[in-house]
Amino acid sequence: MVVVYSRADKIFRRIVTAGALTSLMLLGLIAAFLIFRSWDTFSQFGFKFITGSEWFSAGEDPLGGATTALVEAQDASVFSIGPMIVGSLVVALIAMFLAVPLSVGGALYIEFYAPKGIYRVLVTLLDLAAAIPSLIFGLWGIQIFTPIGVRWATLLNDRLGFIPIFSVEFENFARSPFVAGCVLAALVVPITTSVAREVYSRTPRDLIDTCFALGGTKWGAIRSVVIPYGKSGVIAGAMLGLGRALGETVAIYLMLNLVFDYSNEILDSAGGNVASMIALKFGEATDKEISALIAAGLVLFVITLIVNMIASSIVQRSTPRA
Amino acid sequence: MTQQNADTTTTVPQRADAAPDFRGLETRGAHAWFGTHHALADVSLRFPERTVTGLIGPSGCGKSTFIRLLNRMHEFIPSAAMAGEILLNGSDIYDPLEDPASIRLKVGMVFQKPNPFPAMTIRENVLAGIKLAHLKRDNHDDIVEQCLSRAGLWKEVKDRLGAYGGSLSGGQQQRLCIARSLAVEPQVLLMDEPCSALDPGSTLRIEETIRELAEKITVVIVTHNMQQASRVSDFCAFFLTDGGPGYLVEADATRKIFTNPGDSRTADYVQGKFG
Repeated sequence: MVVVYSRADKIFRRIVTAGALTSLMLLGLIAAFLIFRSWDTFSQFGFKFITGSEWFSAGEDPLGGATTALVEAQDASVFSIGPMIVGSLVVALIAMFLAVPLSVGGALYIEFYAPKGIYRVLVTLLDLAAAIPSLIFGLWGIQIFTPIGVRWATLLNDRLGFIPIFSVEFENFARSPFVAGCVLAALVVPITTSVAREVYSRTPRDLIDTCFALGGTKWGAIRSVVIPYGKSGVIAGAMLGLGRALGETVAIYLMLNLVFDYSNEILDSAGGNVASMIALKFGEATDKEISALIAAGLVLFVITLIVNMIASSIVQRSTPRA
Repeated sequence: MTQQNADTTTTVPQRADAAPDFRGLETRGAHAWFGTHHALADVSLRFPERTVTGLIGPSGCGKSTFIRLLNRMHEFIPSAAMAGEILLNGSDIYDPLEDPASIRLKVGMVFQKPNPFPAMTIRENVLAGIKLAHLKRDNHDDIVEQCLSRAGLWKEVKDRLGAYGGSLSGGQQQRLCIARSLAVEPQVLLMDEPCSALDPGSTLRIEETIRELAEKITVVIVTHNMQQASRVSDFCAFFLTDGGPGYLVEADATRKIFTNPGDSRTADYVQGKFG
């Protein structure tokens, strides 16, 4: 069969193809740049770059002339980001643990319980909140939330301290992964709520009507139709939030003490995250260190890709066969 | 298709004239509004027990609005209002003390498009109403078999009750939806164009099912298909609108409506002259 395209069709096809190719090419170029610039680091440290927990940069000669001693000293540099990777995941998971239930509850309230007047206001506010720069969340976190977060952390430590992750060596709860995770949750909630609400609003009306027609209540309809129907969409929204939480830089930079140590105490005032580490170190980095930071960026890039792939496979698997 | 009830009770007037011991579903002067739009005016009808009544009429004449009044689904639409009385076995279903959920258990509904719950298996779909309404039942297996049999689906699905409802064909899905409605043991089953999305073969299967259901329960069916109305129903009610609210033109035994209606507009409609 010969498909005859009209002239306008051909032009349109070329334009959209060019658009698709451009975005793919950009992604490819970014990946190529990251791999190229981080090559030195990976060839020197190999897998230890990911698992190790030491970051030491032997500085350059402040006067600019590289002496023999300094060249030797530079070789003493050790770069590895294990604790930062773990830190990224821990803070992001704390954020998601808090944000997902809040978002699901909030979305269900807005879509099914909020009076009409409040509905409009809430939807608008949510979109506004999603556009607030993370720096603002960081400042709010330091200025306003930290004392509250510390109170929650104290309570957790007091009541559940027997669980290893809630125990601490020193009772200094500020600037801990827990408090930073709470701020990150606040940052993520607008996005995930917005997606969840959108998904829930698309539940076919006659499925909900059927629940009522069977003598069910609103809560019954939500539990047996709305939530299962929206499951994959909500997971996708949560992953969008997780992506943002993993890559979050400024808020974490402001909220967390970067410490290059593995720790399993989320209430302890030490932690880290790859993105904020890069931001923190980039300004004063030596050439070798820059290569290592770009390598860290590549690791973050790959982690985000993996998270997205897991997400889309979950979405595919939980979509009901129809 | 048999019309045993039509033969024995041709003189049953469906217009409600106060008979306090009437069992079945009855509307008296029912009106419906959406905001300021008056959608349905002054419908008085009786649906005797164990009969099938077809609601016919052109699009927009208020049939669907009317059927949704009968199980209080009407009130889910914001700004919807109603007036008049709707009595089930003599008691008003719009009584402020009535729980709408318990009314809907007695007056079930099957929708236009087959809509099994997508995240549930065939078995779970049948039992969904029992779970939703928190009914206490021990013999779940019996209920599943009984309801699927009554809906004419048991033989086809008995070996794959764990499959998802969405894996069935359109006609099977609709019969699954009927089985799902039957599980909560309604006295009346409302069907809003249940075959409009189905092929002719599936349509005939559903019509057989409807006739069988009428041995035990009352069925009210909205249909645009005149042959279907004549095949499946004992009584027919013809609705019409003249641009204003929809109203009831006449209601009578199906045979009379199709052969010798009292109103010339009914005759024109059932002969396909408009609609």
